[in-house]
Amino acid sequence: MSMTQHAEPAVTSPPAPGPKETDGRTAERPLVVRLLARPEVGVFLGAVAVYVFFLISAPPVRDASSMANILYQSSTLGIVTIPVALLMIGGEFDLSAGVGVITSALTAAMISYQLTMNVWVGVIAALVVSLAIGFFNGWMVVKTGLPSFLVTLGTFLILQGVNLAVTKLVTGNVATDDISNMDGFDQAKKVFASSFDIGGVQVKITVFWWLLFAAIATWVLLRTKYGNWTFAVGGNKDSARAVGVPVAFTKISLFMLVGFGAWFVGMHQLFSFNTVQSGEGVGIELIYISGAVIGGCLLTGGYGSAIGPVFGAFMFGMVQQGIVYAGWNPDWFKAFLGVMLLGAVLINLWVQRTMTRR
Amino acid sequence: MTDNNSGTHGAILQDTVPAEKDGAIVELRNAGKAYGNIRALHGVSLQVHPGQVTCVLGDNGAGKSTLIKIISGLHQHTEGEFLVDGAPVRFTTPRDALDRGIATVYQDLATVPLMPVWRNFFLGSEMTKGPWPIRRLDIEKMKKTADHELREMGIVLDNLEQPIGTLSGGQRQCVAIARAVYFGARVLILDEPTAALGVKQSGVVLKYIAAARERGLGVIFITHNPHHAYMVGDHFSVLRLGTMELSAERSQITLEELTNHMAGGAELAALKHELSQVSGVDVEELPEKEDLTAPVAASPEGTS
Repeated sequence: MSMTQHAEPAVTSPPAPGPKETDGRTAERPLVVRLLARPEVGVFLGAVAVYVFFLISAPPVRDASSMANILYQSSTLGIVTIPVALLMIGGEFDLSAGVGVITSALTAAMISYQLTMNVWVGVIAALVVSLAIGFFNGWMVVKTGLPSFLVTLGTFLILQGVNLAVTKLVTGNVATDDISNMDGFDQAKKVFASSFDIGGVQVKITVFWWLLFAAIATWVLLRTKYGNWTFAVGGNKDSARAVGVPVAFTKISLFMLVGFGAWFVGMHQLFSFNTVQSGEGVGIELIYISGAVIGGCLLTGGYGSAIGPVFGAFMFGMVQQGIVYAGWNPDWFKAFLGVMLLGAVLINLWVQRTMTRR
Repeated sequence: MTDNNSGTHGAILQDTVPAEKDGAIVELRNAGKAYGNIRALHGVSLQVHPGQVTCVLGDNGAGKSTLIKIISGLHQHTEGEFLVDGAPVRFTTPRDALDRGIATVYQDLATVPLMPVWRNFFLGSEMTKGPWPIRRLDIEKMKKTADHELREMGIVLDNLEQPIGTLSGGQRQCVAIARAVYFGARVLILDEPTAALGVKQSGVVLKYIAAARERGLGVIFITHNPHHAYMVGDHFSVLRLGTMELSAERSQITLEELTNHMAGGAELAALKHELSQVSGVDVEELPEKEDLTAPVAASPEGTS
């Protein structure tokens, strides 16, 4: 790397710095402040607080099987929240993720049942449809420069309508037919909706998938070029483009990742309930987005983590089930959610100011 | 885009095409750019030689930004010719320009404020290690290299993990220049690098412009400050309303003339008589029209 060495022209040689020299202007921040500046620490503390709160106020929560149930609840949210968080770090939203889950499940169910095919054909077709929806969202956002909020709001409404209309058209009903007798069903159920016995407690497989996806996402985000690009396109799209980051590729593929997450959860729902209600999924997209924000992702992009949303989803699952275990009115769930969201946003705001303070 | 990313550095210098007889790395011949029916730039001729600083001066809206956007690959020219190493080119992305060794340091510095210094340094040209499925960033090496390069430039940072947004404007500018130099740029385009800086920081940046020239880089220095331009420039081009008003070698022009051209001197001189009628306007110091003797780029064919 000979080009990296300076020719050292006399007029331009900089003051020769010693190897250990510091500029002496940055005082070390206290450890607590530096820790709190990590995107996932705030939500981790929040999750612990919520957990302790329900441990005290809802005795059934202390049960291992309740915990497995809470984790299961969290995982069905969390598997989509992770790619939604990555997309948010990349500076975009996807409002169509919630109904996208149902679209995917409907596609698989109808293709398998109506065409009398092996369910795997439906599963693959659903994956193609989900990725295509992601591609369309991303492509529209990149090509038109419209805010992704608008573009995906459009896809959200389109999918919501298409889900209902096509299902009625094809099945004559608002739900798909039961596919549990189709070829390959048991096999697919093993992958998407089986349970494991751990120490006498049944744990759903989605919990493992969730944690696996979170681990992969964290590694990709922090240790690969693609992760670097994700932060860059969210932090400053124009700068990223100017230094040679493939902005269009990064954004479109992030949208497609959300499609993948929606597909996975859609398959889980299909193979655990054998049938899909075409009108579901509305409003879930906001839970995914809240999960990402509570998980420490900056709404404006460029900052966040993949592990934070895991705790974010856990907080949701915890509150949702905890309220039930505590014997309270489940209507309180949304109110809790709102409070947690506002708290998270305030923490994020503070973090951003601390980070960029001169 | 995804296949050759790891090898950007080092690869650039190797594909250097043997220089033409006049040795210009980048040349514009009568180039122009129209946005719809707005002609932002036309009839601009410019040459960039290795080891020379070509200053492009102009007031706001003169077309400076359009000019660098064409050379850096953000926009395409709509008229005239754009040659690199003597061969006509048409860049579609900034990556194309980077691959030909043309690096741009933008006014807004092309940094991502919330990302750490070392990630910014290597953004878009990351170092990686390992085979594909587990190909990952070589973080140790990148940090070490970034630290070394920045120290070479005299920038000492306590912590390369700090977000680049926490650095001062001059520091960020120097990081951006160090990055371009490290990645083997042959032509460095600096878009108003001193515009937002204090006197001392400007001096530091000018020093690095001179350093880049000493290392044989061709530098395009965009500025609206003739004093800064004259301190380091070898060739001066003044843009006004999208056209070349002046194109002169250093030997052909004095700082005073350059300043006058920059300040709209030619126009003001023409208005001298009228202005003298207005009370409160001091026209004593304005040059006469005839005094502005520097060669004016009258014909689109250019003077060089």
